[in-house]
Amino acid sequence: MLAAIAFYIFAAVTVAAAVMVVAARNPVHSVLWLILAFFSAAGLFMLLGAEFLALILIVVYVGAVAVLFLFVVMMLDIDFAELKRGMLEYLPIGGLIGVILLVELGMIFSVWAFAPEAGTLAAAPAPAMAQVTNTEALGHVIYTQYLYAFQAAGLVLLVAMIGAIVLTLRHREGVKRQNIAAQVERRRKDAVELKNVKPGQGI
Amino acid sequence: MTFPFDLSASLGIVKPELVLAMGSMVLLVTGAFFGGARQSAISRGTVALMIVVAALVLTGSKEPAVAFGGSFVVNGFTVFAKVLILAASAVAILMSDRYMERTRAARFEFPVLVALATLGMMMMVSANDLIALYVGLELQSLSLYVLASFSRDSLRSTEAGLKYFVLGALASCLLLYGMSLVYGFSGTLSFDALKGVAATGASNIGFLVGLVFMLAGFAFKVSAVPFHMWTPDVYEGAPTPVTAFFAAAPKVAAIALLTRVLFDAFGAASDSWRQVITFISMASMLLGAFAAIGQTNIKRLMAYSSIANMGFALVGLAAGSEQGVEGLLIYLVIYLAMTAGIFACILAMRRREGHVEDIDDLAGLAKAQPVYAFALTALLFSYAGIPPLAGFFGKFYVFSAAVEQGMWVLAVVGVLASVVGAFYYVRIVMLMINGEPRQSFVRPMDVELRVIAFAATAFTLFFVLMPAPLLDAASAAAAALVN
Repeated sequence: MLAAIAFYIFAAVTVAAAVMVVAARNPVHSVLWLILAFFSAAGLFMLLGAEFLALILIVVYVGAVAVLFLFVVMMLDIDFAELKRGMLEYLPIGGLIGVILLVELGMIFSVWAFAPEAGTLAAAPAPAMAQVTNTEALGHVIYTQYLYAFQAAGLVLLVAMIGAIVLTLRHREGVKRQNIAAQVERRRKDAVELKNVKPGQGI
Repeated sequence: MTFPFDLSASLGIVKPELVLAMGSMVLLVTGAFFGGARQSAISRGTVALMIVVAALVLTGSKEPAVAFGGSFVVNGFTVFAKVLILAASAVAILMSDRYMERTRAARFEFPVLVALATLGMMMMVSANDLIALYVGLELQSLSLYVLASFSRDSLRSTEAGLKYFVLGALASCLLLYGMSLVYGFSGTLSFDALKGVAATGASNIGFLVGLVFMLAGFAFKVSAVPFHMWTPDVYEGAPTPVTAFFAAAPKVAAIALLTRVLFDAFGAASDSWRQVITFISMASMLLGAFAAIGQTNIKRLMAYSSIANMGFALVGLAAGSEQGVEGLLIYLVIYLAMTAGIFACILAMRRREGHVEDIDDLAGLAKAQPVYAFALTALLFSYAGIPPLAGFFGKFYVFSAAVEQGMWVLAVVGVLASVVGAFYYVRIVMLMINGEPRQSFVRPMDVELRVIAFAATAFTLFFVLMPAPLLDAASAAAAALVN
């Protein structure tokens, strides 16, 4: 009963927030609505018992992606009101595409069937939820059974890092950087020169 | 920690990849500490590393072996493909050094990125489940996107990189979507288990739709029609040594991966995928042949030529037989040799004021630089498939495999396309002989380019005298895959 109430609350908030993302006039408000949608979706995952996905959704999407969106929206000088002006004109064709997608989804569930052996072939069947939480179950396989994929993903990230540095880093001349060793080593004689200035002559 | 597989045995099987990964990281750190803008020392180190890795691949066991609980497989076919990939990458690095220095784009990250891309290709070739396939493919692709925009101050190069990145990401999405459908409808990621599902569930629509989406993703990576649009722009915009690399190793890796996926995972559904491969093969041959006619930039011409060549290679795959795979492998080796030679010649098209890439710049070359013109002529005739040059044999083996399977239409379309293709190759040769000579190119050619062009020309000219070693190796590799 309680779970059902929680489900309907989260589901309703998700849908309403998603509508507001599109409908909000101010793009910053759109991003804030998006964050609310993410939170409610995380609640839905939690109800399903997928606590790992729920937390990832909050940490990655709210913590990183949505904040990045917020930065981009605030930094870029785009007139979103102008962009949105034609929205009503595109509503019919957008609706049509939505209907086609719905029909296709219906086809998938009516005609397409799973291979009969699909259930038995699962590579890493998850243990029953009563025994281990799914964060723990994931932890059991990711560094052992999926060691290879995990390390390979690490290499992909290394390439991403090299790429970002290669394409953007420029060594500019004349930039004053902090060099602590040099700064600490600096002695009075390096910086100060005493001149014996005779009266009336100047330097 | 308990592993569901024998960890030390697995690490033994992936030793070449492990050495390449560690080696590239060592080179990266060395470059970061000492290299600065000096590319050549790190380049030489990378080439040496690749030779060591190739030796490890060759001396490793050729008996089929799986590592990491079935994610990674080694057999005769993967050994063949990996040696080809390593050779193509090493040649590309050798050709790049002086060009990069002259265009002031030399940085030590270049060879390191090529090495990491090569590692991704080796992982693709050996992948034995869909996750391993995808991470290998992304490691390769991500490195290639960066390489395409490597001369970051050139507008065309950055445009090439951006286009390649956006379209490549789209292709990855298609591939992932297909993989998720395949996984959803079969319940497994492993090629071995998919083989069983494909045998019983060939009529399963969801599974087949997934397969078609995967084929679309792969077709992008081999630049087969209708997913070829990025190729001319990227080839033209990227720095020439990068284009030379793009035209060689990644093509081999993508075709080898496609072959492995189709034979190992979806072998039992071959009736379904053979029609798709037949279509993209025909379309690539025809478009590559006709679209190349109007080109004036030689790199753009090579892009269309590579589209057509991938079409010819796919003829062998469309045949779906052991003989077809053998023809495909022979074709790939000959294609690599010709591509290395022709790009060495293109890189030597240099006047005092800089590199040129127009076909018209080759006019009258036969009078000014006869040896250079002769090498280029031999390579172009070989591309056109004129006997007794090597290129003819490549085409001969794939077409005869197709005919053996009764695919007459495909073979006839292929022969017609190669006649059209011969037109524009011969047009360049005519231009070199009859054209009004222009200011000649800087002489002498760089020593690396001279050696590579010489070796490639010698290979195309004299392949007919000693074809046996290549034919034997290719047939052993094909047998290892199909059985």
